[in-house]
Amino acid sequence: MTLGVVMLVHTGFDRAEQVVRHWAAANCPVVIHVDSKVDKSTYDDFAAALSDLADVRFCARHRCEWGAWGLVAASQSAATLMLEDFPDVQHVFLASGSCLPLRPIVDLQAYLTARPDIDFIESATTADVPWTVGGLDRERFTLHFPFRWKTQRWLFDRFVRLQQVVKYKREIPEGLVPHMGSQWWCLTRQTLDLILNDPRRATYDGYFRHVWIPDESYYQTLVRLHARKVESRSLTLSKFDYQGKPHIFFDDHLELLQRSDCFVARKIWPDAHVLYRTFPVSKRTGGPQQEPKTGTIDRVFSQAVDRRTLGRPGLYMQSRFPTQDRENGIAAVPYAVLQGFEDVIPDFRTWLRHCTGAEVHGHLFGRDRVHFADEGTTYRGGLSDHPRLRDYNAKMFLTNLIWNARDRHHCFQFGPADSQDIRWTLAKDTKASIWVVSGAWSIPLYLSGRSASETRAEAARLQCTESRFLKVLRAPNARARIKIMTLAEFIESPMDVLQMIIDDIAGHKGKALAQVPRMADLTGLPDFLQDLKNQGMHPFVTGDIAEGSAFVTRPAPPKKPYIVAQK
Amino acid sequence: MRALRKGRSLRAIADRTKQIKPDDILLYCTFRNEDVRLPYFMEYYRKLGIDHFIMVDNDSTDSGPDYVMEQPDVSLFRTDAAYGNARYGMDWLTYLQGKYAHGHWALTVDVDEFFVYPFCDTRPIRALADWLDASQVRSFGAMLLDMYPKGPVGKTTYERGSDPFQTARWFDPGNYVMKKNKLLQNLWIQGGPRARAFFASKPKQAPALNKIPFVKWRKPYVYVSSTHMMLPRGLNLVYDQQGGEKTSGVLLHAKFLNTFNDRAEEEALRGEHYQKGREYKTYADRHGSDPDLWCQWSEQYINWRQLEILGLMSKGNWA
Repeated sequence: MTLGVVMLVHTGFDRAEQVVRHWAAANCPVVIHVDSKVDKSTYDDFAAALSDLADVRFCARHRCEWGAWGLVAASQSAATLMLEDFPDVQHVFLASGSCLPLRPIVDLQAYLTARPDIDFIESATTADVPWTVGGLDRERFTLHFPFRWKTQRWLFDRFVRLQQVVKYKREIPEGLVPHMGSQWWCLTRQTLDLILNDPRRATYDGYFRHVWIPDESYYQTLVRLHARKVESRSLTLSKFDYQGKPHIFFDDHLELLQRSDCFVARKIWPDAHVLYRTFPVSKRTGGPQQEPKTGTIDRVFSQAVDRRTLGRPGLYMQSRFPTQDRENGIAAVPYAVLQGFEDVIPDFRTWLRHCTGAEVHGHLFGRDRVHFADEGTTYRGGLSDHPRLRDYNAKMFLTNLIWNARDRHHCFQFGPADSQDIRWTLAKDTKASIWVVSGAWSIPLYLSGRSASETRAEAARLQCTESRFLKVLRAPNARARIKIMTLAEFIESPMDVLQMIIDDIAGHKGKALAQVPRMADLTGLPDFLQDLKNQGMHPFVTGDIAEGSAFVTRPAPPKKPYIVAQK
Repeated sequence: MRALRKGRSLRAIADRTKQIKPDDILLYCTFRNEDVRLPYFMEYYRKLGIDHFIMVDNDSTDSGPDYVMEQPDVSLFRTDAAYGNARYGMDWLTYLQGKYAHGHWALTVDVDEFFVYPFCDTRPIRALADWLDASQVRSFGAMLLDMYPKGPVGKTTYERGSDPFQTARWFDPGNYVMKKNKLLQNLWIQGGPRARAFFASKPKQAPALNKIPFVKWRKPYVYVSSTHMMLPRGLNLVYDQQGGEKTSGVLLHAKFLNTFNDRAEEEALRGEHYQKGREYKTYADRHGSDPDLWCQWSEQYINWRQLEILGLMSKGNWA
């Protein structure tokens, strides 16, 4: 008989009884502490139910409040009783009523027999470990906490703040170095004896009585004074969520727990019948000395914490609706907004799809309808091409579109003739790269064959809209990657810009520009723009094209692509 | 107050509320002429682990009430008062919730709404309730997800007692839009096949899909408009605003079955539904062309994990 179990119980008595019987069947003496909040009849029933077991004791009862001293007092009483009544016990294991042994208990006994000097207790210095609820790590040792965190939260917070403001600090007893860790430990008789019979115990107890959550620091700190060899880990598998409360295991965790090779797990849902039927397993492969491996479990539960705290970027749904600036990127994946290119290069969309393999949409925000890549009436996720439905919530139209097809890189055409509600969203989205050839709207006007006087009003409207968009893009809070060039600048060296776009979209997978896209015939454009000017409408966003009119008469680009595709 | 007054029009037909144990999980439902749907409805929710059903029969003329009355775990109340005057049945339910649900987890659904939550295939609803209690969460959101068949709705057949999602097994996976209601803090969600097919040119009128059906009830709580939003306002914060995801579920909506076209006509005539049944009128106008809601991007329903991956619901912190 080498292993004794101290069990703290406050609820779920039928399950606790079941577990006590498992321990007892393996010849482990058990000392039980029942929370003094539990009423007398429940306690009596519980005690009576276990009265047939010889090596089960009940210790003096304390009131156990989360985060308060009672839990430590309870384990002290129980451990003292354990050491007195069962002189053969060499290791004492602290468990709760909702802990369940997974492996055969003889495994645990053999494991501990092979490690007679080792104390298993998670114990880390507060200076190094930033766990905890409410950000109180170092301070839980240096402040007073007269108010309850769960029921008197407001007072708790105010009082902490007050002490911080007046720079109050309690003195830590000499020789103590604050350590913290999981409250579930397994200590050797010798260490436990030294802790409980320390001549300065009254001083330490008086100090820890006012420490915040002492059950995570009392033994963890004192063990550093007395232990011969501390192994800083808990033998109890216990995962915590972002609020510091333990994750609960259900029946569907069966396989996960089976594979973990942990000795004991908590917390088990009381109605998890399959788990309570299965564990502790009577036989398993792998010897008793096999170490627990919790990799898979760690991954599952840390994913849950990530989902709760970070969420899936770019997803807006019923239980994730970040306020502005908390979005962590507005859309799910990077995308490109292209303004004006289609006017200069008629086959731009086909060409771009060919070069990058991206999902190249038309004018998603066209006023007539949504021009999806395939020009269909619906798109992935069931998005409709109806312009009113889109404009009803343009931002979510865009985020939905990108979320639904986030396996693709999306590009879409934009222009001053489109619905403009989306422009601030685009400008603020770190996932967007926005490429603008300003003044390109003049090309369709020119190609329409209408005279400058006929198109003057429309040109003025488009220019006005575009310059408002440019203003948004140049605003200090625009966070997208933005490249703005005038039409004149673009036709000066189109290949440089196009290569940049392709690199941006396709990265290394993009093809080098072997094939030059065909440009629109811009022969008469300078004259057309001059006419507009003569009408009193200065197309300032186009840049100065008149100078190079000789150059624009040649539709094919003057330079050869600066990258050679094949060697 | 209002609920108290409206509560007076309720008559108990089968009052088994004495059977309710302190931590039982309750289901609240109002129905009218739903005999065909009731058997599967009750079976589905019993399987999830509902302990007691509290049902209000609004003047049914079919044999639905007889069926319900005989069930051992149901308390049935009856009213012949007008649905519209009682805030679409909510006044009656509020009265019964105040009376019986205090301190219980209560699920409030319609007969065509089927609650799906993370791990619902392996964990009973009590596991969810216990976990929410442990996490100190009082209310749980579940968006309404319209399910529809492939092909014209009127061509489908639904047999009493069968799973409606054998036929209506398609849904729109990613066209929902939402904004925050500043006054009550709830999200206002619209979209799905109804917005796409019926309300594209008047999107503002598209039906609301946000729902908060599962609540740890306290006396003063009250649903404001159907189960879309609640008072006190804090209960409406079923979503995270810091970028994380809270745990949420989905209410599969088995509205679009062959029973739908008849119902649309009937309800449009009654004008008892929200905004004088405007939604039903829109449907009825389309009756001639028997709507087919299916499109090539419709998704076929598999299980809750699929909905989770699509981003329609979330496991949040529950693992």
